[in-house]
Amino acid sequence: MHELPQQLVNGLLLGSMYGLVAIGYTMVYGIVQLINFAHGEIFMTGGFGALTVWLILPTGTTMWLTLPLMIIGAIVVATTIAVGAERFAYRPLRTAPRLAPLITAIGLSLALQQAVWAWYPEAKSSRTFPEISGGPFHLGSVTIQTGDIFLLVAAPICMAILAYFVAKTRTGRGMQATAQDPDTAKLMGINTDRIIVVAFALGAAFAAVGAVAYGLKYGEINFRMGFILGLKAFTAAVLGGIGNIYGAMLGGLALGIAETMATAYISDIPGMQQLGGQSWADVWAFVLLIVVLLVRPQGLLGERVADRA
Amino acid sequence: MRQRSLIAVMAALTAGALTLTACGSRDSDDSGSGDSAGTTVVIGVDAPLTGDLSALGLGIKNSVDLAAKQANTKKYVDGITFKVEALDDQAQPSSGQQNAVNFVSNKSVLGVVGPLNSSVAESMQKVFDDAKLAEVSPANTNPALTQGTEWNGGTKKRPYASYFRTATTDAIQGPFAAQYLFNDAKKKKVFVIDDKKTYGAGLAATFTTEFKKLGGAVVGTEHINPDTKDFGAVVTKVKNSGADVVYYGGEYPQAGPLSKQIKKSGAKIPLVGGDGIYSADFIKLSGKEGEGDLATSVGAPVETLPSAKEFVANYKAAGYKDAYEAYGGYSYDSGWAIIEAVKKVVDANDGKLPDDARAKVVEALQTVSFDGVTGKVSFDEFGDATNKQLTVYAYKGDAWVPVKSGTYAG
Repeated sequence: MHELPQQLVNGLLLGSMYGLVAIGYTMVYGIVQLINFAHGEIFMTGGFGALTVWLILPTGTTMWLTLPLMIIGAIVVATTIAVGAERFAYRPLRTAPRLAPLITAIGLSLALQQAVWAWYPEAKSSRTFPEISGGPFHLGSVTIQTGDIFLLVAAPICMAILAYFVAKTRTGRGMQATAQDPDTAKLMGINTDRIIVVAFALGAAFAAVGAVAYGLKYGEINFRMGFILGLKAFTAAVLGGIGNIYGAMLGGLALGIAETMATAYISDIPGMQQLGGQSWADVWAFVLLIVVLLVRPQGLLGERVADRA
Repeated sequence: MRQRSLIAVMAALTAGALTLTACGSRDSDDSGSGDSAGTTVVIGVDAPLTGDLSALGLGIKNSVDLAAKQANTKKYVDGITFKVEALDDQAQPSSGQQNAVNFVSNKSVLGVVGPLNSSVAESMQKVFDDAKLAEVSPANTNPALTQGTEWNGGTKKRPYASYFRTATTDAIQGPFAAQYLFNDAKKKKVFVIDDKKTYGAGLAATFTTEFKKLGGAVVGTEHINPDTKDFGAVVTKVKNSGADVVYYGGEYPQAGPLSKQIKKSGAKIPLVGGDGIYSADFIKLSGKEGEGDLATSVGAPVETLPSAKEFVANYKAAGYKDAYEAYGGYSYDSGWAIIEAVKKVVDANDGKLPDDARAKVVEALQTVSFDGVTGKVSFDEFGDATNKQLTVYAYKGDAWVPVKSGTYAG
């Protein structure tokens, strides 16, 4: 068990990334009750946006300048695609039966993957992502990589910005109102179309930050990276209580830690050797999801509809 | 209004569908066609032309293409023009099987080179065998494909008479790596990881058996999920296990990041794998941290064999965009094996293709013997290559450097 602190940190890092992407699922669902299955691909395009910025900048530019520009590039690309998707793929279907936008979302997800595959230079296999130089940091028995520091810092900052935005700004409060009752909110003079666009854009922006973190952590990105991660993030959103932004982060952390713990320790339990290991991590993550949904169908933090934002 | 939105959705879906079909039909360029009249024989190629393993797959496709072009230029078989048709299996057994069905239905296909992955081959073997269509893999290394599931201990029995391969098997490759690590590199404690696929798990198992037999200790085993890039939990276990080397059964898309993450965790131990990681892409993915990692691959390094100089020069001259990669030489030889077999069949039938050409080609393959890029090319009673040479490569500087070549004995 001497590796427990390290494993907790591993889980925390993985979970923060799930959380960043899960926010997008949860916000869009909270406001328009749509599961945006293309969100994983919006995350992926964010990664390629960041990579493009890095490729454009002259080699040797310091990371202190490059990294903020890469984040901006990621956010610009991801939000543009998300807002475009909302405008052209989802808005025309807003009054259609629920199944229609869901199918559109899945189609959009495939189309985005194939578009990057077909048109981004050399994107048919993995593309290397820049690294932040500097050695790993040691805290007692725990080692933290330079690339992971970004995630550890970015995830709480993103959450703080989001919390402030939703609670304090006019648009944020409009968002809460729209989530509670779109029709009444409209009658009260809230431009609900604009609120929905903002929800899509914000979710995409957080996913873009998550994509930069993904690239820095693993040193590579590819056109399929959004698919599995998007599914996991969706699971995290459901686990935390879909519609609840704090729930998304909590669900992400719970999922990340559960997966890591399952990989690290289940095979040590006598009689469970066959059920341990990393290839079983997904199974245990979904077992956790099922257990939570059985005991608390609304998810960890999901409560009344009124709390959705 | 509703009508218009429906149109928009249909347009979006159609665009998506078109993009999808575009990737399926992309590779039917008619390379290798000569100008002589007469019968056209198609050599099929099945390999992952897109996705993570496409570097290896494109190397296979180009090398077979080169073989066909050479045969046409030399007018090697009178009255026969060879043409290559490549299908993409995306490293998926289901796609491989579909491709196999497609090849079978095309009557001018007399032999297929491929696939890359053993798990894909499993799904194709029966389809080809039912149609008596010859399949020659340049890269499958799982022993069960030629010697049956009982190959290890039980009785060896060849399941399909139409399946051949020019690459040697994991029954040799795993133990060869174990002997090198234990005897030459003096590694005594190994952590074994595999991806649970046919190739990876098989390789890891044969390695483990030999390593234990030599007296080495296996301090941990782990299976990873090839769909993920996060190996944090596994890496921490490796670091705390006290292993002095990691053996990985699997392919470079996972091995590269795994190696990088192991080194970054502070465990400065090499990762060793089979031919599935012997690729330039491994070097790209593992980064500079991966230096010192080892890979075994089938045969001797293509560049050092005198028989291969011509191949390397011709490949360069043909101007292919992608490198010939780990299996280029084997693919070229596989292509030539089919060409030689077709020649035998044609010569035995007064210069024409007989009606049962496919079955005849399978029979002829069993007896072909020629000097190829990788050495002598011929097949034993199981369809395995008789050439059982292997090489250990080390990642040094920016490339794989051969360290030791040899033949595994016992």
